Amino acid sequence: MSSEISHTDINAVQDDHEHGDHKPAGFLDRWLFTTNHKDIGTLYLIFSLTMFMIGGAMAMVIRAELFMPGLQLVEPDFFNQMITMHALIMVFGAVMPAWVGFANWLIPMMIGAPDMALPRMNNWSFWILPFAFAMLLSTLFMDSGGPAAGWTLYPPLVLQSGTNFAFVVFAIHMMGVSSIMGSINIIATILNMRAPGMTLLRMPMFVWTWLITAFLLIAVMPVLAGAVTMLLTDHFFSTNFFNAAGGGDPVMFQHIFWFFGHPEVYILILPAFGVVSEILPTFSRKPLFGYASMVYATATIAFLSFIVWGHHMFTVGMPLQGELFFMYATMLISVPTGVKVFNWVSTMWQGSMTFETPMLFAIGFVVLFTIGGLSGLMLAITAADFQYHDTYFVVAHFHYVLVPGSIFALMAATYYWLPKFTGNMYSEKWGKIHFWLSTIFVNVLFFPQHYLGLAGMPRRIPDYSPQFADFNMISSIGGFAFGATQFIFVAIILHCVFRSKVKATAKVWDNPIGLEWTLESPPAYHSFSTPPVVTQDMVRQ
Amino acid sequence: MKKENTVIVALAVLAAMIAATWLALVAPGMTGNEINMTRGVTSQSVNHFDLHMVVLWICVVIGIGVFTVMFTSIFLHRKSRGHEPAKFSHSTKAEIIWTIIPVLILVVMAVPATTALVKMEDSSGAEMTIKITGFQWRWKYEYLDQDISFISSLDRTSNEARMLNSGIAPESVDNYLLNVDNPLILPVGKKIKFLITADDVIHSWWVPALGWKRDAIPGFINSAWTNIDEPGTYRGQCAELCGKDHGFMPIVVIALPENEFEAWVTEQTAGKRQNDEQGATP
Repeated sequence: MSSEISHTDINAVQDDHEHGDHKPAGFLDRWLFTTNHKDIGTLYLIFSLTMFMIGGAMAMVIRAELFMPGLQLVEPDFFNQMITMHALIMVFGAVMPAWVGFANWLIPMMIGAPDMALPRMNNWSFWILPFAFAMLLSTLFMDSGGPAAGWTLYPPLVLQSGTNFAFVVFAIHMMGVSSIMGSINIIATILNMRAPGMTLLRMPMFVWTWLITAFLLIAVMPVLAGAVTMLLTDHFFSTNFFNAAGGGDPVMFQHIFWFFGHPEVYILILPAFGVVSEILPTFSRKPLFGYASMVYATATIAFLSFIVWGHHMFTVGMPLQGELFFMYATMLISVPTGVKVFNWVSTMWQGSMTFETPMLFAIGFVVLFTIGGLSGLMLAITAADFQYHDTYFVVAHFHYVLVPGSIFALMAATYYWLPKFTGNMYSEKWGKIHFWLSTIFVNVLFFPQHYLGLAGMPRRIPDYSPQFADFNMISSIGGFAFGATQFIFVAIILHCVFRSKVKATAKVWDNPIGLEWTLESPPAYHSFSTPPVVTQDMVRQ
Repeated sequence: MKKENTVIVALAVLAAMIAATWLALVAPGMTGNEINMTRGVTSQSVNHFDLHMVVLWICVVIGIGVFTVMFTSIFLHRKSRGHEPAKFSHSTKAEIIWTIIPVLILVVMAVPATTALVKMEDSSGAEMTIKITGFQWRWKYEYLDQDISFISSLDRTSNEARMLNSGIAPESVDNYLLNVDNPLILPVGKKIKFLITADDVIHSWWVPALGWKRDAIPGFINSAWTNIDEPGTYRGQCAELCGKDHGFMPIVVIALPENEFEAWVTEQTAGKRQNDEQGATP
């Protein structure tokens, strides 16, 4: 399936480099007014790493307060602000922009396009974000404090918020505008700008998963915008959409929110599936197993994600028929997800594996994401969910799929493509140290939370009965260590970009497949100005 | 790689996986900390516990299977051992097998899951009814058949100890954060229906030993039921974020034998007639 790209292709690319490396001279021209997909990708990635550290700092506050029973550090209201902001920042500020950053860098290079289809809109969709998050974070310095009703923003509680609420809603609107524009751009790029011969079923999995993710985003971000707008008018203009006393319906908000919220969790994880499907074949030296079924499984998961929102609301009170429908639909998701895991394992089976840092993170992803997926299957069982719901068992579940899931895949992607982006190799030794410390401590952090939840500890509480003390302390120690480990990650990136003396080759790894590896490292500022002609032997499929 | 070697490595990895599972799922319980769902004291809680254990063990077996194959591969099929990559890239037969088998496993899981759910949702034949109303941050209980009602809040000792830097060690307080001034008194062996609602924001009434939680929502009345098997004191907490004191509105249920419960009811109603006041305390 794979073979060397012919030398003429690489020469053609180098020729392209001589004409295509005109970066804007001034700092503002280069970064503020940029329309270059690589620069915008870099901006997204820097932004998301910053937000990851800020959201992580909030998690440290949470784990510090929960280190032992009794309130030692913060008031309960500030604790609630921390859990709310931690979630909003990590979901909308860290993981989503990080995936858009990789999409910007990689999709044009992977499909042989010169840039994104809509470069000026691309600039705008990034530059909205710093303002949106500045506004969101500014609420922490207001008299009323930040939002404290949880990231799910359930009324009537959220309607008790102070003046911060208008800022929060406007920030969410801006994030939504940014995501929708980014998604339109990605869809337009993938559907219109593929190089000759790059048929849909030859596209890399990362492009496929992002194409499907972009459709999910366009479908659900307006739903969230509608929901928060109704909250806004309920709060400030005396409407009664969600106010029972005025004929409104607080449960309706939850239905609308989770109609957005469940596809949202797949928005966070589908690009991760794509990245792992790129990395495992490279380091197994074997083609991806079952490419076509991987594409269909991704599309199936995306479809099912629209009809399972009710599983977040089993205890809200719904008719037996509704509970049964949402239980069966949710259980069904484990079938295409299982297909993906089995295909990944089959990709590794009989390969010739090496274990560079990206591969380690990809393997860590498959193992720990599977654990998170299995606890998700347990949560789907409605009757048992009447015990699990809103406990630390749920906290453990979604952190397993998001931290060693999405975040590990982002780290794998960083190590895999950073040498391509920068032309420098990162420190393999420190990459491995980062992997092992992260993997050990993420489990110390989140595994005991399963026990806490099953033993009866509700989530979102600042203080707890001493019977939960031991595992909370272990979890907090894991949390502090995991948090500290991420400074290694930042240091590795800074070293790779600015200090590393080891130059990366065009291919970086041992014969990876994909158009991005036919470009030199780093690629020219304007790559694929002339589209390559894609033949069967240049793609994995 | 010879086939026997693959089998030997796979068995070794399997043993390691089982050891790891034991370390993760059994050993922490030996520290004396509770690590599993309670069996509880009602038919529902036992159903939910059994269901939980069935699904847990199915998931554990699936996990051990997948990880055994994966780590066997990681051990054997590595470049440093000189393993040459195979060329295969798909198998329709394999894809069909690992689509159908999970579907069958899901069907096996769905049968007890459906049964338990149908049982839980059947609140017919209740012998007494209690209305529960959630407030920020206390619970109100109304015995609709006995004409008793009172408000239940976090007990005074816990409330003092839970203040920021109170200087009172939580361990020194009996049932820290899980004790109330007026517990909910219930009879054992009677099917009791609960009508659950809220007055301000959404709360959730949860006593793990009863086997369920239900959201208390303003403008809605949710129903649930229980039938407690054993006398005793059962503790729980609000399970839905309801503002700054969400962590401080516990629930205590004291289940009494039928005759003691009747005596308590008589005492309450008599006391009420005497004092002609609302909100008598037990």
